Amino acid sequence: MKWTALLLYVFILPGVLAAIDPQVFSNEQQRAQFELLTQELRCPKCQNQNIADSDAPIAQDLRNEILVLLKEGKTNPQIIDYLAARYGDFVRYNPAHTPKTWLLWYGPFVALSIGFVLLITLVVRQRRRHASAAYELTGAEQSQLKAVLDHHSPKQRHD
Amino acid sequence: MKRFLLLLPLLLFVVLALLLYRGLALDPARLPSALIGQSLPAFRLPAVENPQQLITQADFKGPALVNVWATWCVSCRIEHPVLTALAARGVVIYGVNYKDERGAAQRWLAEFHNPYQLTVEDAQGTLGLDLGVYGAPETFFIDAQGVIRYKFVGVIDARVWEEQLSAQYQALFSRAAP
Repeated sequence: MKWTALLLYVFILPGVLAAIDPQVFSNEQQRAQFELLTQELRCPKCQNQNIADSDAPIAQDLRNEILVLLKEGKTNPQIIDYLAARYGDFVRYNPAHTPKTWLLWYGPFVALSIGFVLLITLVVRQRRRHASAAYELTGAEQSQLKAVLDHHSPKQRHD
Repeated sequence: MKRFLLLLPLLLFVVLALLLYRGLALDPARLPSALIGQSLPAFRLPAVENPQQLITQADFKGPALVNVWATWCVSCRIEHPVLTALAARGVVIYGVNYKDERGAAQRWLAEFHNPYQLTVEDAQGTLGLDLGVYGAPETFFIDAQGVIRYKFVGVIDARVWEEQLSAQYQALFSRAAP
């Protein structure tokens, strides 16, 4: 048990403390908001890290700024808009719904729908072809078929 | 019509391939400023050389460059002689001393040449935040109305200036003319 605690102190806690400094939150909701925001906002300096995980000085500055804004009572969308107005849409890991991002948000669903429509059309057409093919024999084919069937029909058995 | 429908998947593939190929050539680190086309953010901060004097955005008179620098920024030291040379050629440059110590900044300006008409002290990085600065050096191009027209991130060297930035600077004047 002691060892577990020691390991916790040595390996886990420094990481946690480095990511989020011992900052003071007014309440639990504020902490939750802070964690959500820092995970949803991208560090402008680093390519693929959010500002919660990044060690870049700018990420630290932005964490502090978010804390200040939270204490001022700003809501999450207000804070995200505040930072996006300065650093661009780049900082949003969760892109806003604007005409510019419609293709991004709805494109996959449109593509999927087109795929479904195509699939259904093809299946229906194939079925119809199979179904109609069975009934469409010309007169010559009918008599040919009859002749074949007659020829191969089981003869009476001679015992 | 039937023939054309058969070609449709190929066509879609080609379009998608072109799109993705274009994506390969884009630089993911390129982060265009969100402030292009907007006025300089409002600020009221002390001057580095004379802290009693307060500078506001109205004191940065374009067309000009607004250079964000700091003494802790290694690349700024490389950039500094280039800016000095530009200033000697008549390019108007204002400085934003970003998250720095006053003493160090004053010494820097005294020891090296000072290419800046004015240098504002942004010790807390508040102006930097409003400008969307994420690493020094960064340089903003403002026109006669104080509107940001272009932003360059990184060290300005002689080649970069000749190849891209000189034209951007000249464009500031053609905007000012009409």
